[in-house]
Amino acid sequence: MIVVPLIVLIPFASAFIGLAVGWNRLAARRVAVVGAGTALGLAVYAAVAVWAGGPSVEIWGTVPTGWIPITVATRADGLGVTVGVMVTVVAFAVQVYSTAYMRPEPRYGSYAALVSLFTSAMLLVVFADDLVVLLVGWEVMGICSALLIGQHWERPEARAAAVKAFVVTRLGDVGMLAGILVLADLTGSFQISALQESAVASTTLTVGLVLLLCGVVGKSAQVPLHVWLPDAMAGPTPVSALIHAATMVAAGVFLVARLDSVFLLSPGALAVLAVVAATTMVLAALAALAQDDYKRVLAWSTSSQLAYMLGALAVGGYTAGLLHLLSHAAFKALLFLGAGVVAHAIGTTMLSGMGGLRRSMPLTYLMSTLGLAALMGLPPLGGFFSKESVLAAAEEAALHAGPLPPWAAWLVLLAGLFTVLVTAAYATRAWLLAFRGPTRSVSATAHDPPPPMRFALVMLAVPTVLLAALAFMPSVVVAMLNPGIGVLAEPAGPSISAGTAALSLALVGVGALSALAEWQRLGGRDPAVSLGPVGPLLADGFGVDRLYEAAIVRPVTALSRLVVAGDRDVVHAYVRGTGSAVRALGRVPQAAQAGRVQSYVTAGLAFVVVLALAGAGAAWW
Amino acid sequence: MRLAFPLVASALLFSLGVFGVLARRNAVLVLMSVELMLNGVNINLVAFDAWWADALHAGQVLTLFVITIAAAEVGVGLAIVLLVFRNRGTSDLDDLGLLDERTESVAESAESEAAR
Repeated sequence: MIVVPLIVLIPFASAFIGLAVGWNRLAARRVAVVGAGTALGLAVYAAVAVWAGGPSVEIWGTVPTGWIPITVATRADGLGVTVGVMVTVVAFAVQVYSTAYMRPEPRYGSYAALVSLFTSAMLLVVFADDLVVLLVGWEVMGICSALLIGQHWERPEARAAAVKAFVVTRLGDVGMLAGILVLADLTGSFQISALQESAVASTTLTVGLVLLLCGVVGKSAQVPLHVWLPDAMAGPTPVSALIHAATMVAAGVFLVARLDSVFLLSPGALAVLAVVAATTMVLAALAALAQDDYKRVLAWSTSSQLAYMLGALAVGGYTAGLLHLLSHAAFKALLFLGAGVVAHAIGTTMLSGMGGLRRSMPLTYLMSTLGLAALMGLPPLGGFFSKESVLAAAEEAALHAGPLPPWAAWLVLLAGLFTVLVTAAYATRAWLLAFRGPTRSVSATAHDPPPPMRFALVMLAVPTVLLAALAFMPSVVVAMLNPGIGVLAEPAGPSISAGTAALSLALVGVGALSALAEWQRLGGRDPAVSLGPVGPLLADGFGVDRLYEAAIVRPVTALSRLVVAGDRDVVHAYVRGTGSAVRALGRVPQAAQAGRVQSYVTAGLAFVVVLALAGAGAAWW
Repeated sequence: MRLAFPLVASALLFSLGVFGVLARRNAVLVLMSVELMLNGVNINLVAFDAWWADALHAGQVLTLFVITIAAAEVGVGLAIVLLVFRNRGTSDLDDLGLLDERTESVAESAESEAAR
């Protein structure tokens, strides 16, 4: 299908055209929105074609490397087109929203171009059938993410966050590159479909997959490389919605899903994934409980929800994990855009500065309530069904034989259930603090946003609600997400287990009601106060940042200072010393060149006399 | 007459000139000392000419040449001294230090320090 490269190339072209016409705000806006809209249309077309006509792999060329050649191959299958449609929907919504949100921004042209370039890179990841091509998209996403976090580079925290995001994710990507090379060495090809067809269980395979997981952990903000995501909230809110909630961070999940049939061969790699996911979902949810910045609440919650998806893939719940990916992309992008509307209206994202917004911004209130309810997992929203299918998959793997050791499945199940409780508590807390309670002075003048922003909110609210319908049609989900090529067995459809559903609903109730009760007992103040001394620890993200600061950043800084000192004071000192020594040495004979002709003549005479005496002496002797 | 007498006289005259050239600070006196040296040489030439009893009297002829050239040389030299005095207000050789290597290199190093 020629349309697949077009889906990637059109946002790519619109990035460069947008950059060229960036001085003209109206033209830049049109290029960005038209580019994203065209990509959306083509993605939908490709999706329909694939669902109707089956998956296809196409090779557009090969790049000789002297080792295994890189295949420029695309792959249009159920997984790819579904995620592709999701990416283009969110990208289109964000571009439309940005036309209004970024109106006062002087650097709108480069901003919109970077978002387009990012969209193109993400679509390349989605449609690539070659690990190196995928890595190219993966890295372009990384640099776009860092540049967009640093959009407001006048602010030091934005610069620091951009560098942090870049360095931390790059750290994971080093492992990922090594993993790609190991897997390529194993199969003799970088092509994903070749890997899927020829993979057999072996220790080398496990090593390769675990290395690959390093990149996933970095990109999807999982422990221990999760530290960049909360800081990344220094970027503009639409960027947080697109990159740091719906698409780029989900690329890690997508990669695991793309290689699901290979991962299923390696219980060791799945156990590693399960442990990482279980740890992240609990820690990140707890950290979200005590944040004061609404966007940071959402960032930690993104980490936690991504861990659900990875946990689902680890326990063999392929469709469950992807269903959660889709519903999370919808409701989290909705929540971020809602947060952007609030920030746009009252100029802050601090929960302590909000309150009572339900009266002044009814539409935003409704949309954010929908998003938070989906995040908590309240029926009948999409979030409920996708989360329940994740828990059901974990339960299935724990109670019956799964693709991974039973203890790891139990870990995912228990962590998942506990996270349900914490998620309900933090979502309720954020909702109460932002939208309920007494009206603050700043929020009294707030109002609902201009039409493009409303449009984007409503556009994302539709899938937030409607994705639930998919949960009742497991066979459709399977057909929709079918990876098709090189897959050993048909993936199981998402299912909901009555036991875990009842348990998690009870936990949601407990979490939400306890937050509500504390809020009322404290008379509308922050319920996180009741956490006591644990609160600041959670707000700090368990001090991981400070640990990294002390254990890694400071030693590295000290080392680099040492290197600078060595270069400047030792190596350079030799070079400069040579120069100064020669000059000082030169001063000695220079003293004779004093410009007094008479002393020159005296020296000449003395020389002649000495010569004459020497000549006479020689003749006599 | 003994050859030694004119030779000693010429040596004394020449040494006097050398001393004047090396030690005098006034350019005019230095020129005069140069004349003394030339004349010391002239005496030498005439004395040896007489002693050899040269048929062509090459020594005396050469002396005439030296005297002529010395006159021209002093003319040019005095003109230069006069111009130096007009331009600089002094004919003191110690103050005429254009050939001083050090002044140039001091300026150079100050420049490179500033650049750094």
